[in-house]
Amino acid sequence: MDARTTTALLYLNGVNVSFDGFRALNNLSLTVEPGEMRAIIGPNGAGKTTMMDVVTGKTRPDNGDVFFEGSHDLSKLDETQIATLGIGRKFQKPTVFEMHTVEDNLLLALKNDRRPRATLRWHETADEMRRVDSILQTIRLNPLRSRAAGSLAHGQKQWLEIGMLLAQEPKLLLVDEPVAGMTDVETQQTAELLKEINRDKTVIVVEHDMTFVRELGVKVTCLHEGTAIAEGTIDQVSSNERVIEVYLGR
Amino acid sequence: MCLLRACLVAMIFGLALAGPAAHAADLTEALARFTTDDFSDTDAGISEVAASGDPRSATIIEALQAGRLLFNAEQKKVFYTDASGKLIDAAIGQAVTGDRPADLEKVRLNNRLRRAIDAALGGLTLLAPDPARRYDAAQAVFKSREATALPLLDAALAKETDQRVKKALTEARAAVVLYADDASEADKVAAIAVLRARGGQETVAALSGLPVDAPAAVSGAAREAVTAMQSQLAAWTAVQNAWYGISLGSVLLLAAIGLAITFGVMGVINMAHGEMVMLGAYVTFAVQELIRQYNPGLFDYSLLIAVPLAFLVAGLVGILVEQGIIRFLYGRPLETLLATWGLSLVMQQAVRTAFGPTNKEVGNPSWMSGAFEIGQITITYNRLWIVCFTLAVFVALLGLLRFTRLGLEMRAVTQNRAMAASMGIRTSRVDALTFGLGSGIAGIAGVALSQIDNVSPNLGQGYIIDSFMVVVFGGVGNLWGTLVGAFTLGIANKFLEPYAGAVLAKIAILVLIILFIQKRPRGLFALKGRAVEA
Amino acid sequence: MMSPLLRTLDRGAWIFLGVLGAIAVLVPFFNLVFPPDSALHVPTYLVALFGKYICYALLALSIDLIWGYVGILSLGHGAFFALGGYAMGMYLMRQIGTRGVYAHPELPDFMVFLNWPELPVFWYGFQHFPYALLMVVLVPGALAFVFGWFAFRSRVTGVYLSIITQALTYALLLGFFRNNFGFGGNNGLTDFKDILGFNVQAQGTRVALFMVSCVALIIGFLICRALVTSKFGKVLVAIRDAEARTRFLGYRAESYKLFVFTLSACMAGVAGALYVPQVGIINPSEFSPANSIEAVIWVAVGGRGTLTGAVIGAILVNYGKTTFTSGVLAPYWLFVLGGLFIAVTLLLPKGIVGTWQEWSERRRQRAAADNGSAAPAEPAPRPAE
Repeated sequence: MDARTTTALLYLNGVNVSFDGFRALNNLSLTVEPGEMRAIIGPNGAGKTTMMDVVTGKTRPDNGDVFFEGSHDLSKLDETQIATLGIGRKFQKPTVFEMHTVEDNLLLALKNDRRPRATLRWHETADEMRRVDSILQTIRLNPLRSRAAGSLAHGQKQWLEIGMLLAQEPKLLLVDEPVAGMTDVETQQTAELLKEINRDKTVIVVEHDMTFVRELGVKVTCLHEGTAIAEGTIDQVSSNERVIEVYLGR
Repeated sequence: MCLLRACLVAMIFGLALAGPAAHAADLTEALARFTTDDFSDTDAGISEVAASGDPRSATIIEALQAGRLLFNAEQKKVFYTDASGKLIDAAIGQAVTGDRPADLEKVRLNNRLRRAIDAALGGLTLLAPDPARRYDAAQAVFKSREATALPLLDAALAKETDQRVKKALTEARAAVVLYADDASEADKVAAIAVLRARGGQETVAALSGLPVDAPAAVSGAAREAVTAMQSQLAAWTAVQNAWYGISLGSVLLLAAIGLAITFGVMGVINMAHGEMVMLGAYVTFAVQELIRQYNPGLFDYSLLIAVPLAFLVAGLVGILVEQGIIRFLYGRPLETLLATWGLSLVMQQAVRTAFGPTNKEVGNPSWMSGAFEIGQITITYNRLWIVCFTLAVFVALLGLLRFTRLGLEMRAVTQNRAMAASMGIRTSRVDALTFGLGSGIAGIAGVALSQIDNVSPNLGQGYIIDSFMVVVFGGVGNLWGTLVGAFTLGIANKFLEPYAGAVLAKIAILVLIILFIQKRPRGLFALKGRAVEA
Repeated sequence: MMSPLLRTLDRGAWIFLGVLGAIAVLVPFFNLVFPPDSALHVPTYLVALFGKYICYALLALSIDLIWGYVGILSLGHGAFFALGGYAMGMYLMRQIGTRGVYAHPELPDFMVFLNWPELPVFWYGFQHFPYALLMVVLVPGALAFVFGWFAFRSRVTGVYLSIITQALTYALLLGFFRNNFGFGGNNGLTDFKDILGFNVQAQGTRVALFMVSCVALIIGFLICRALVTSKFGKVLVAIRDAEARTRFLGYRAESYKLFVFTLSACMAGVAGALYVPQVGIINPSEFSPANSIEAVIWVAVGGRGTLTGAVIGAILVNYGKTTFTSGVLAPYWLFVLGGLFIAVTLLLPKGIVGTWQEWSERRRQRAAADNGSAAPAEPAPRPAE
């Protein structure tokens, strides 16, 4: 296994997943280097969400290698363990804790001891409050900090979720369709936000919105029927024969 | 006493040829034996009455057996009461007119006397004109193994023309010979061969009970026969358990199949499902009451009338419930659970108020009563019909889902509600009809269950947990899962019962299901992949 | 803490505790101080009845903790209540000693009657009160721990969990009905004489038991309150509303659930233990699934996820039950109870306390808006599935 010697932060090799005979991932291989931002595109059913599920431990691969930092075999760990390793995930549909305030949402996400024992004894510290404040600044939700998350607008929820990802201080962020349902301005702002985050964290973005992907200006992988069919800059990928075939259906 | 019996048998033997009436006068004398309240006198009385050849002797001994034989010590007279409670003078066979004689006492019995009665009755009826009675008599002799019955058996065998009775008589003779003191070793070994061919638990008992000082050849042959029969018996026991399991499984399936629709297909937890079953049972009761009152001749058709009625009544109630309660609670399964539980309490109390809290008498039509035997096992007709009925309902339901417009719409709505709605399917109507269908099937189940269970307001309570277990075990959203689940649980339960007893078997099954659900939270036939998230 | 709502809730909690404390003192006071013929006298039977309500309230509190805050709807909490009750009942049985019908120094009457040669091992030690107390907490707790460990690890949730908790209590019901289980079968444990040397029937004992029940309820309330207002409590609510999200944040949801479920079972056990000496009997019918579901409706009536609501709901519904079933309307009680299930879920899903909280919150917000002070406030927690 050369995985342990790889410098890649995330290393997928020959991953297969099938549900009741349907092959969601078909011999998928993908490598993401530390500090990189990668955009994943692909038509519906290409296996983008399944890939995220495999990386975050929600779905077990039938076979294949999934390694994080070259030594952690993600196919043997569950969601909690993987989250603790430093992989954060934003869902396609924004999922925040609707009953809690914006502030509490971030507080729950802050990197900290996650065991029941620790949360029972927990008292807020000045340092934690500073971190929450700075994230609130970043995601521009400071004025709404004591609003219940459930009462936020759709775009605000998306940001809150990204903020929660930041609070987790992960090494790798998986972001599933962050601009779905956002206005053009919000999309632009989100692109800037992600670029800012990418300064010290590795990010994988799954997105349909080509303008947004172009805005990010990063390496793109195109998935189709569970396999990576093209990789490169957005211009390279979008001029690729197979990609055009897949998207336009020839 | 032995001598006395020999004499009795000889006399019966004689009687068979000489005809009755000749010894009628002996009856009064024999009856006097019963008035001393002494066990050995009673024993003698039994023999003498049997030997009297009087046509009433069987009636008298049967009365004695049932504890209906009374005596007056002073007048030395014996009476018996007939089925209607009328007091009859045993000696003359006529009802007592006027005042009931004072100081009547029951003739007491002990176990030895009970055996003597069995033997006497067996002997008395070996020559009865009705072949069924002769058969029963042969069986009675087989059990009593009374050596003195041998001459009578031989006589009966000589006359017998019915093959079945003849076989029973031969076997009874073999059992008697085996225990007779004066039979030869060769005869006994031959008898063992006959018995071995007969098989069955009683034969094993007869062969294992041989005295220890029996000749080596006899006891050896008996041992060998017992071993052979025991493995055969074990096989039959397994078959019997399997049948009981199938029978229980079909009851579970019947109770759960409606739930498989409402819970499995719609995802609605209906805790009042059991009450829909109960409703069906009460419809059956009401139909039978009306038939009894207005047209008793239709009784055999009562279930055929009740099935569609129960379906309609329970189905309509189901639609009302869906419209009145459940449709406001879609997407809130735990609250649906509580609301329908409340509904079940209301329905139970409503039925209790309307029909009273006691069990209602629901009769079996003639074609559902009785039993038949296959090899060593007995199959009752009502259980057999329920198994057939369950499978018929199952097939009908599969067909309905597969081939009808409603079935198509139901499947469409469960798979993608929004899409179905945009294709012009009226989803709320489909919801109501689906719930009505599930409830209607519960009602049909009630008709069948009324045949084997007590019809009371609590009827449904007994099935609700079991039916949920079946659906959850089988896997939600899959009728075949429900079928397999029901029969697996039924058969597993019946095979555990002989080891653990009924209650512990049930507990064991519950614990196993609890563990199983932890292992496979979505049941035996679970949907996988994206569908699970929906 | 920081949220203004918490402060108001705290005030509510203080009022609640004050009322409870007052009841704990006043009921015994009016019972002991005033002579029976006085108009102010609270009869002893009422003290026992109130004591029973308080035990039910503690059971309701334990259900609210898991249902209201983690979304675990247990339909088998009556089992933990009954197990605690049986542990106490076993102590009380051992205290009878030679005063039983068969006057056996060691074996309870039903064992003598069933020809048991000696005391079964699992009855050992129950003559000691501290041991029995330990078992009151330990037995329900251990069962809940084992059950929860399996269930939560395999991620059995929602209605599936509800159904198997119901199956659990049903299995226990069948078991405890059996004579050879060694817990008195059908008749259960009864004919108690003493508790800690005091006659269970005596007025003084009843008053003391009542006060102990009140204290237990107050302690239970404080524990729950501390739990749900801590960060731990926030995680619980997070699990209730978005379990998958909590896992992806790195929280081990099953550990949290297991902890509260076990704690809740222990509380239910204590409630059962206090209940038994006050009603004088424990039998297998306490395991019946119907009992457990009835306890859930107390919580729903009061308002789940409010703690105070559970207590209020338990007392109200049971008071209603007592009034109803002792009058001419007794046959119609099930209509009322069944109707209550339906009406509460359809019309009052937040329960009495939840609805009141929401209403006063809205009024406060409107007042705040009128004053122009833009203090945005958290809306009252919405009960979740």
